[in-house]
Amino acid sequence: MSSAAQTVGVGTRMRGSPPRTAALMRHLGLRGAALVYLGAIVVLPVVAVITEGFGEGLGSLREALAIPYAWDAIQLTLITATIASLLNAVMGTALAYCLVRYRFPGRNFLSSVVDLPLAIPTLVTGLMIRTLYGPNGVLGEPLAELGIQVVFTPLGVLLALCVVTLPLVVRNVQPVLQELDPAEEEAASTLGANAWTSFRRVVMPAIRPAVVGGTLLTFARCIGEFGSVVLVSGNNPGKDLTAPVFIFQLANQFRPQEAAAVATLMFAISFVLVLVTARFVMRRHET
Amino acid sequence: MSRALSVSGSPSTSASRARGRRRLVRGLILGAVVTYVAVLLLLPLVGIVWTALEPGLGIISETLAKPEVRHAFFLTAQITVVTVLVTSVFGLIVAWVLVRQRFVGRSFVNALVDLPFALSPVTVGLACVLLFGIDGWFNEWFTARGIQIIFAVPSMILVTIFICVPFTIREVVPVLEEIGLDEEDASRTLGASLWQTFFRVTFPNIRWALLYGIALTTARAIGEIGAVLIVSGLITGKTETATIYIFTAIEERQTAEAYVVAITLAVVSVVLLVVIEALRRRTEHGRSH
Amino acid sequence: MSMPIVVEQLTKRFGGFVAVDDVSFTARAGSITALLGPSGSGKSTVLRMIAGLEQPTTGRIWMGEEELTAKTPQERGVGFVFQHYALFRHMTVAQNVEFGLRVRKEEKGSRKERVEELLELVQLSHFSKRYPDQLSGGQRQRVALARALAPRPQVLLLDEPFGALDAKVRQDLRRWLDELHRELGVTSLLVTHDQEEALELANQVVVMHEGRVEQAGAPSEVYDDPATPFVAGFVGSANVLHGYVDRGHVHLGAFRLPGADHLDEGAAATAYVRPHDIRVAADPDDAAATATIERMATLGWLARLTLRLAGGEVLVAHVPHDELAGAEEGDEVWVDLRNPKAFLRPDHAADEADTLAEEPATA
Repeated sequence: MSSAAQTVGVGTRMRGSPPRTAALMRHLGLRGAALVYLGAIVVLPVVAVITEGFGEGLGSLREALAIPYAWDAIQLTLITATIASLLNAVMGTALAYCLVRYRFPGRNFLSSVVDLPLAIPTLVTGLMIRTLYGPNGVLGEPLAELGIQVVFTPLGVLLALCVVTLPLVVRNVQPVLQELDPAEEEAASTLGANAWTSFRRVVMPAIRPAVVGGTLLTFARCIGEFGSVVLVSGNNPGKDLTAPVFIFQLANQFRPQEAAAVATLMFAISFVLVLVTARFVMRRHET
Repeated sequence: MSRALSVSGSPSTSASRARGRRRLVRGLILGAVVTYVAVLLLLPLVGIVWTALEPGLGIISETLAKPEVRHAFFLTAQITVVTVLVTSVFGLIVAWVLVRQRFVGRSFVNALVDLPFALSPVTVGLACVLLFGIDGWFNEWFTARGIQIIFAVPSMILVTIFICVPFTIREVVPVLEEIGLDEEDASRTLGASLWQTFFRVTFPNIRWALLYGIALTTARAIGEIGAVLIVSGLITGKTETATIYIFTAIEERQTAEAYVVAITLAVVSVVLLVVIEALRRRTEHGRSH
Repeated sequence: MSMPIVVEQLTKRFGGFVAVDDVSFTARAGSITALLGPSGSGKSTVLRMIAGLEQPTTGRIWMGEEELTAKTPQERGVGFVFQHYALFRHMTVAQNVEFGLRVRKEEKGSRKERVEELLELVQLSHFSKRYPDQLSGGQRQRVALARALAPRPQVLLLDEPFGALDAKVRQDLRRWLDELHRELGVTSLLVTHDQEEALELANQVVVMHEGRVEQAGAPSEVYDDPATPFVAGFVGSANVLHGYVDRGHVHLGAFRLPGADHLDEGAAATAYVRPHDIRVAADPDDAAATATIERMATLGWLARLTLRLAGGEVLVAHVPHDELAGAEEGDEVWVDLRNPKAFLRPDHAADEADTLAEEPATA
């Protein structure tokens, strides 16, 4: 899976000058079509949200935070997203390492399973978790007896986020690991480094941009996640309500302006993140 | 664990100890990783199939016979097909313009393509409401002409297209960059028109990347819930996609039906996944014949 | 059947950068013209403009009586061979060669015939069903050539066709292209940075530097009679000497060469001398200078001498052994310059080549 914010290469040779008349019309026509498509489909909706949500500048954002339960929802979203991102950063990197460096029976199967969240609808994922860990679930019941409740709690939200974003770090790190020459680690061992040192000093620096990029991608995905979370949480404000579900509720209650305010705030956060990710990806291309 | 035969004494014992330690570490990491994936994915998958089939296999045919269910699948298919068509055709155009043309604001346009990834689907649905809803920007224009956008299929198609814009573009752009201009230039000097060049020379080279993008788009469109839920209006038999059906069925405690539809979608997705994996391997190896 | 190409005041600007600056030349029908120059000299850009792959900022291009400037590449009827082959990777060799014919909607039978004819010409008949990635570099370039020739172009344009190949393959293909050209007689323009290639293959060499034509002429002209310092230094190897003009002589270190009455007094000058134009003199005259043989290497019947002059300058000379009269490494000898090309330094108004008076041949 190609990583986010793929920049068009600077070194690509492009046509130096526009061709003549009829071909020029075609040339510009294509560009026009592309711009109209992106303008109408992508730019217009975003502008609508930002205009409504940012209507009175930073004041609107403060108002957004003043909406009852908004701050709780945002807080829960940010916390669960952070934990899920960190967890998947570690496990995702480990997974990538296993898939690239180790040979074991079922490796291809594992690789395919990791990709499942890319294909399975998020709603179905949420339903799966709810079924398994719900009050009548195969695992839910025994866990409830132990006093651990998964669904309708932030734990359930966290679980859903981890499942849905599992492939992101893995697929970002895997290609980088694959290109890494094992000879580098072998050289390190001949120079006296043990496995952990060699991993820390040889492998980590090389995959760090990919890991960070994948983690940021995961975070951005988590704070916007709806389908898996909505069935797994009770959507109780202050308890297990996340920002996306909150926005959904506001929209359903015909309060689109407030919804837009919260949405703009969340968008601003993930926009900054995508920019940072893009810079990380570009730096990788440059080295 | 057998001891390695040694010629010189201690060094080989410590070497075999190191090897043993390494194997242990490897086993631990592998074990942790497999457990993680199993707990997160495999268990819930098994769980839902188990629970769904509890009332017996008959539930499957019963559910699939229901008109609402059939309509839901049909609507999902409709929306997906339109989305794939629009995003593929325009995606190709955008990819071409981005790679082959130079103009002011090109990097901005390039960033625009990734914008849908930065947005939560509910925000997309919200945007549609803001544009076409009661107080929406364009509401007057469309209602005056009797065209219903919001709470009807058109808005559902629009939001799905928004969400799926990046897939084909991101897959085709790197391939277009990589194959470069030479083949196309050669084709022109040999007398081929722009169309001929595109169909005979360029397209065969980007075929697999395009298909991969289409597969990703299909999977995403089938699974879309957040945006589509907001704009649909939840009119049963009219504006319920398969995913929306699952959602409302759970709300209304028709859990058995919900499971069947969910598993059907999951099966379709898994098949799609197999296709995606095969295509990914094709694009990575770059074989186009 | 084959057409001449006339290029008239061709200029190409990319934003502020001038890639091609007022280039004009004529390629006679049936000839091979080499565009020779270092990278960045604009030669490829000129070729691409002739093909129609780039639009000139100003200037015109003619093929015979027809003006090409406004025409698309499709309409020009030129064949183009690329440095990196540009074969259609998903088509077989035969399909590649056939492409130009298919596009013109020629009927199947005559297409097949023509393809066979060309594959035989390039000696790849047994490879017709192979794919480009199954061929070696040299084979791919031959397919590219066959493909370009299939639609019977009036003009053949080759952009550093052997640049991506090994030295041995390059040599073989060079010879082979020469034969092919003799057989077919298509007007050809060849872009290259390899002056050996240009001198060997071409009827006319156009030397380019920084977008401008430095000299256009037969290979012997360009080699023996360089018009500018750049040509003198770029084409063939040359020794460089710096000096000044004084009382009708050019003083280059210890050399005093007469015949400079028409040059500005006191002007700084640079001279270029080919290794084989340096002679070890038995009877020194006014113009000769002493030098020590620092190193002597035998190249068959030639000796390659590294000579250090009294002023410290180093010259490389190729001298036949029999002319050395037994001189050895470490000996001091009189050295004579034959046919030196002196140019005034660029900071002076005149920058023309002035051949100084020929030295009488030493016995």
